[in-house]
Amino acid sequence: MLKITEGSHAVAEAVKFCRPEVIAAYPITPQTHIVEALAEMVANCELDSEYICVESEFSALSACLGASAAGSRVYSATSSQGLALMFEVCFNVAGMRLPVVMSIANRSLGAPLSIWNDQQDSISLRDSGWMQVYAEDNQEATDLHFIAYKVAEDHDILLPAFVCFDGFILSHTYEPVDVPAQEEVDAYLPSFKPYQRLDAADPISMGMYATPDYYMEFRYEISRAMERAKEALKRAGREFDEEFGRDYSAPVEGYRLEDADTAIVALGSICGTVKDAIDEMRGSGRKVGLLKIRSFRPFPDKEILKALDDVSTVAVLDKNVSLGSGAGGALGLEVKDALYGSGIEVKDYITGLGGRDVRKRDIANITDLAESGKGDMYYGLREEVL
Amino acid sequence: MVLNIGCAARPGKAGDNKTGSWRVFKPVFNQELCKKCGLCALLCPEGCVTVNDEEEYIPDYDYCKGCGLCAEECPADGAIDMVQEEK
Amino acid sequence: MRELRIHGRGGQGSVTAAELIAVAAFESGVYSQAFPAFGVERRGAPVQAFVRFSDHMIRLRSQIYEPDYILVQDSTLIRDVDVFNGMKEGGIAIINTEREIDSEVPAGVKVITLDATSIALEVLGLPITNTTLMGAFAAATGEIELQALEHALSGRFSGELADKNIKAARRAFDLVRGGA
Ligand code: SF4
Ligand code: SF4
Repeated sequence: MLKITEGSHAVAEAVKFCRPEVIAAYPITPQTHIVEALAEMVANCELDSEYICVESEFSALSACLGASAAGSRVYSATSSQGLALMFEVCFNVAGMRLPVVMSIANRSLGAPLSIWNDQQDSISLRDSGWMQVYAEDNQEATDLHFIAYKVAEDHDILLPAFVCFDGFILSHTYEPVDVPAQEEVDAYLPSFKPYQRLDAADPISMGMYATPDYYMEFRYEISRAMERAKEALKRAGREFDEEFGRDYSAPVEGYRLEDADTAIVALGSICGTVKDAIDEMRGSGRKVGLLKIRSFRPFPDKEILKALDDVSTVAVLDKNVSLGSGAGGALGLEVKDALYGSGIEVKDYITGLGGRDVRKRDIANITDLAESGKGDMYYGLREEVL
Repeated sequence: MVLNIGCAARPGKAGDNKTGSWRVFKPVFNQELCKKCGLCALLCPEGCVTVNDEEEYIPDYDYCKGCGLCAEECPADGAIDMVQEEK
Repeated sequence: MRELRIHGRGGQGSVTAAELIAVAAFESGVYSQAFPAFGVERRGAPVQAFVRFSDHMIRLRSQIYEPDYILVQDSTLIRDVDVFNGMKEGGIAIINTEREIDSEVPAGVKVITLDATSIALEVLGLPITNTTLMGAFAAATGEIELQALEHALSGRFSGELADKNIKAARRAFDLVRGGA
């Protein structure tokens, strides 16, 4: 049933229905409301879970690593510098193939200090071996948690996952969300069956050291699991549709792309604004569409090529920047890679960093720029730096 | 080596790893000069020096790797001599 | 789609007002979306919060620049902030003040003033005007039903506090309804 609630609270409720046995998190804006709500649920005995209070994000994810290795379904959430502090543990969790699910309320990284949204935090962990899915609205942010657990815990996959949604823009927004009931979630998401676990009676060590003779092979195994995750995400999305009537089976989703000459490619909540902008541009006869990327890791390169096959111009919106690459964001660089040799003109636009508001007219301006061949730039900079 | 998921492994036994073959010098204990302080047993990184019922400190040459720590730290002059191993 | 921009000062409950208006609007049968201007919250600093109302699902995520409605919690803000900025013609401005608002108002905007501070002080015993102004908003715009608003208020506050806030909202609702 649809009810109106804050994004963070909808996510917290979804997490509750996933029945995590251990939660460890350290509060940081704008993730705070999620973990506050979960702590309250545990304190009120609405959620039977061990809530481990820690002194830092490093410890939060370390506790999750240990609990997951011991065979529990675990959950954490963070943002920005908090995720940066988890950097080392992120690689360990993925390398040990522990299916931890973590919400990322996306926020920019300092310095300069900024509490506002962009996606630099999760994007900076793109090579860590975690899956990364991005939500357009709070319904999707909620639903992706169920899917993330299902895929992460699949014994063919065994990879951790970030469920990313834009900080404040989604986390602090009240809007209608259909949060499923416990029984429905139970029917979709079976209880956690660890592939292997730490057990004093039958001891193993995880993440043992690998010599130069073997290290590469372990990394290759993670790559292969990521590759398999593409199908697993589709399957889990399809099964979700069967259970709940909302279809997340596609790693990319086209909007009015069928006859489009120009396509905008984007990740996360900005897609909503882009859709409204496209409707307006279509109203004045312009053939513009959107390709929304839901899964950034694994990266759906083939699906992107297929979806954009018929367009002549692509404008990629990046709420992150790979400093030193000129004006390239992670998404732009990878879309260019996916479309290499296709003859499609791809331009990247760094936009919305540090909470800079992106409006419909900005999308129209970017479309104009792309169609006139101008791009690979920061969009909307203040005059004084130009 | 098998590529176990997550590079997981069953625990091995240090006992399987006979480090005695690493030696170039070996400690030779002279029980006459020993003061029974027990430092050698305490400090040996292989934990291979043990004390018997006669209160004699004796290294286990299967594991003694010849590092010489015991001889270096022994307070009794001449109680432990490092002598070249004959191979 | 109709859009509301709330102007207040940190501590006056503007974000709560936006949230509860959105909750009441949803209960009244439309899609709604509420979000703060994500400022660094500091007591007394000018803050904004936003609400959208639509018959369709709302996808737009940018802030509100051309509001149909504004709600001003504190008329001293008019000196610091251009509260009327971008207002649509035919828009409605609800302003908490005891005096008349004259020259600054753009053409085509209907201004409704009320002394919400006095109502809040009398009913709640506190100069927190957000719930009072929600009642005025309901009466002035018809975007939310009074009953849905009362329901939203009792969902957020409990016991006597809920009753008092409902009373304050009703008082403003009747005042604006009577005057309109
Ligand atoms: S350290 Fe030297 S003196 Fe002490 S117990 Fe060993 S051999 Fe004897
Ligand atoms: S030489 Fe080294 S390994 Fe051998 S007994 Fe002495 S301390 Fe132990």
